[in-house]
Amino acid sequence: MVPISYYLVLSAILFGLGVVAFIFKRNIITIFMAIELMLNAVNLAFVAFSRMLGQLDGQVFVLFVIVVAAAEAAVGLAIVIQIARNQRTLNVERVDTLKF
Amino acid sequence: MSVELIVFFAFAAIAVAGALALILLREPIHSALALVLVMMSIAVLYLLLGAEFIAAIQIIVYAGAIMVLFVFVIMLLNAGEEERTNLSRLAHYAGIPLGIFLTGELAWFIHGVAGKLLSAHAGAVSTRELSTLLFRSYVFPFEATSILILIAILGAIVLAKKEF
Repeated sequence: MVPISYYLVLSAILFGLGVVAFIFKRNIITIFMAIELMLNAVNLAFVAFSRMLGQLDGQVFVLFVIVVAAAEAAVGLAIVIQIARNQRTLNVERVDTLKF
Repeated sequence: MSVELIVFFAFAAIAVAGALALILLREPIHSALALVLVMMSIAVLYLLLGAEFIAAIQIIVYAGAIMVLFVFVIMLLNAGEEERTNLSRLAHYAGIPLGIFLTGELAWFIHGVAGKLLSAHAGAVSTRELSTLLFRSYVFPFEATSILILIAILGAIVLAKKEF
């Protein structure tokens, strides 16, 4: 029997690595992947709590998170394509038209 | 050490290694494949938690659909190696310490409250129970997500059109 706290610690570590990737990476597509990593970490915590409490609501929430992540990826990647077309770069530090 | 614990630690290690590879590799396509590795090992952890349906959905939707979309866009835009820039000094010096601090703080907090957590004792969840809950109590949010998906499809098509 694996204690639930192990899953939560793993979830925290993955979320922290996702934040680090979000801040460190400069490629806009990789930054999107970091967001997906954070969502995965949160899903793991949801399922672990659902198991701990013996309620299924957490797993239903995971399904909704996956749906929203799919929608977000579709719209986000369309925006990435548009940025790549207009700015000719994928580096977020070069996309600075709004920067004062 | 029980078998479950060994499986947990093996796949937790793979997940963390994949997340580190996502950060450390410079080619976006390599990062994408590392993320697929993380998602696969998380799916195994879902199986270990008795969430069979979520594990299947994780592989089909996340690793199968979303990551394929990412790989398509990477190949479409011909995204090569990340260029090194020195535009952000703050990230350069404060990034690693702050990242370690955030991760350590979260893990430490969870470790602190772990004694108060109940230990899990439930068998594998049947997909029948899950679908009953989804289509009874959560039927309105479920319908709302269908509208969300529709709007996302329209938005993606409009945004990705050539003449914008």
